[in-house]
Amino acid sequence: MARFSFASLIGHALAGNRRWPAQWREAAPQAEYDVVIVGGGGHGLATAYYLAREHGVRRVAVLEKGWIGGGNTGRNTTIIRSNYLWPESAALYEHAMQLWQGLSRALNYNVMYSPRGVMVLAHNHHDVLVGQRHVHANRLAGIDNEWLTPGQVGDFCPILNVSRDIRYPILGAALQRRGGTARHDAVAWGFARGASALGVDIVENCEVVGIDRDATGAVCGVQTTRGPIRAPRIGVVAAGHTSVVMAMAGVRMPLESYPLQALVSEPVKPAMPCVVMSNTIHAYMSQSDKGEMVIGAGTDAYNSYSQTGALHISSHTLEAICELFPVVRRLRMLRNWGGIVDVTPDRSPVVGLTPVAGLFVNCGWGTGGFKATPGSGHVFAHTIATGRPHPVNAPFTLDRFRTGNLIDEAAAAAVAH
Amino acid sequence: MLLIHCPFCDMDRPEIEFRHAGEAHVARPDPATADDAAWGAYLYLRENRRGVFAERWRHVHGCGRFFNALRHTVSDRLIATYRPGAPRPDGGA
Ligand SMILES: Cc1cc2nc3c(=O)[nH]c(=O)nc-3n(C[C@H](O)[C@H](O)[C@H](O)COP(=O)(O)OP(=O)(O)OC[C@H]3O[C@@H](n4cnc5c(N)ncnc54)[C@H](O)[C@@H]3O)c2cc1C
Repeated sequence: MARFSFASLIGHALAGNRRWPAQWREAAPQAEYDVVIVGGGGHGLATAYYLAREHGVRRVAVLEKGWIGGGNTGRNTTIIRSNYLWPESAALYEHAMQLWQGLSRALNYNVMYSPRGVMVLAHNHHDVLVGQRHVHANRLAGIDNEWLTPGQVGDFCPILNVSRDIRYPILGAALQRRGGTARHDAVAWGFARGASALGVDIVENCEVVGIDRDATGAVCGVQTTRGPIRAPRIGVVAAGHTSVVMAMAGVRMPLESYPLQALVSEPVKPAMPCVVMSNTIHAYMSQSDKGEMVIGAGTDAYNSYSQTGALHISSHTLEAICELFPVVRRLRMLRNWGGIVDVTPDRSPVVGLTPVAGLFVNCGWGTGGFKATPGSGHVFAHTIATGRPHPVNAPFTLDRFRTGNLIDEAAAAAVAH
Repeated sequence: MLLIHCPFCDMDRPEIEFRHAGEAHVARPDPATADDAAWGAYLYLRENRRGVFAERWRHVHGCGRFFNALRHTVSDRLIATYRPGAPRPDGGA
């Protein structure tokens, strides 16, 4: 793997940028691996990378039915933050936050992590109490989160309408300064490149259509559109399609899959210095480095695998965006698209063992798992390599839906990205 | 936006008149005999099917009543709607 450096960038620029090599090997599936990862999104690729780098497990294949990063990883609005309410969640997302901070250097690949600050707005008394409760809980856990008055909100994001006479006036906001964004494609590509260099096979256009079990009931391989592959350990990281893949092993999941959509405007000059989210009126926005306003909408009302959201859902979000940011009212929207998100009853992920020996699952990140990508891969790799959860993902079992030990971020934040 | 046939009002109405109410035909286990696994499954495990799926809707801005529907979860096409208690119609796989 050729390393990126200042000198290599100059050299390639002088050569007209025509001689860049492929960043990862195109692999054909082999007959057998030590670990097969189902799903080549950011979480699956990160899992493979950390399996190879931290646990020396290098006979690993990542099987992706389309192209890597073509699922939710490449479709999300890239908001990163760790100010979740419950200690278990805060620890999980903070684990990822710590990794984001050194990720470009560790991967030698610029993932464009940009800690520009994420502000979550409060529009009524209830929001203020909930927001302040989050701030206090996070500060007790050593995670930065601070409360801003409406005046401070306006200073932090000058294009916000902070006047009192709008339908949902801004009464304050919780700000996490280390929160921000990263470049989603670069995250998938960076992990793929790093994993491939360590020997991991990244196999695209390879859909898993069956899971094989041996006489003891343990997994022993997968059936794919590119033939059967033997493996004693299988990690399912298939986001919105997890229920479908797990059904191949006869495991029912606490998941419902919903379309979630986003849209971007035509590019404009830098106007927005941070990320703004409003759970109450369901709108969030940031500006990409290309200048587009990146806007996230809500999920559709019913479960679906259609990968397109309904128009009335995005119209609802745009009404709120136009009220909060009057300056964007006349922008044209360039593109809109949908992803399929896997939502759990408590809005917390499932990362760990399953009732089937050798079968592991990492799912349920729903509307907000991009921010967790490096941390999720890191702890899931530990789980697969050792057969036991890492302390950080230990509470996020599948079994919590039997024991009742839910991690109820659903009540803490109706919408969470 | 879906166009949904309410089997009580006997009219096709736009989706925003309705509220989705999750998977249909989820039977409540007997509290006297159900163990934690059975309760957990009843409360939280879902079929989440990719294909023809039986679900509940409520006509909140109409008659206010719950009913069932068969919908294909890839095309979102509604195949049939039927009253609660009625058997699930054959919608293919
Ligand atoms: C519109 C939108 C906005 C979002 N905004 C944010 C945000 O601002 N911040 C945030 O933190 N999160 C956000 N999210 C959520 C985030 O995108 C996801 O939680 C995260 O990217 C999930 O990563 P993943 O790698 O698990 O899934 P994916 O990237 O979806 O990867 C799963 C992969 O599995 C593959 N697959 C499925 N079935 C099979 C099979 N049978 N065989 C082989 N491969 C298979 C799929 O093709 C897919 O590539 C958003 C999501 C959407 C849709």
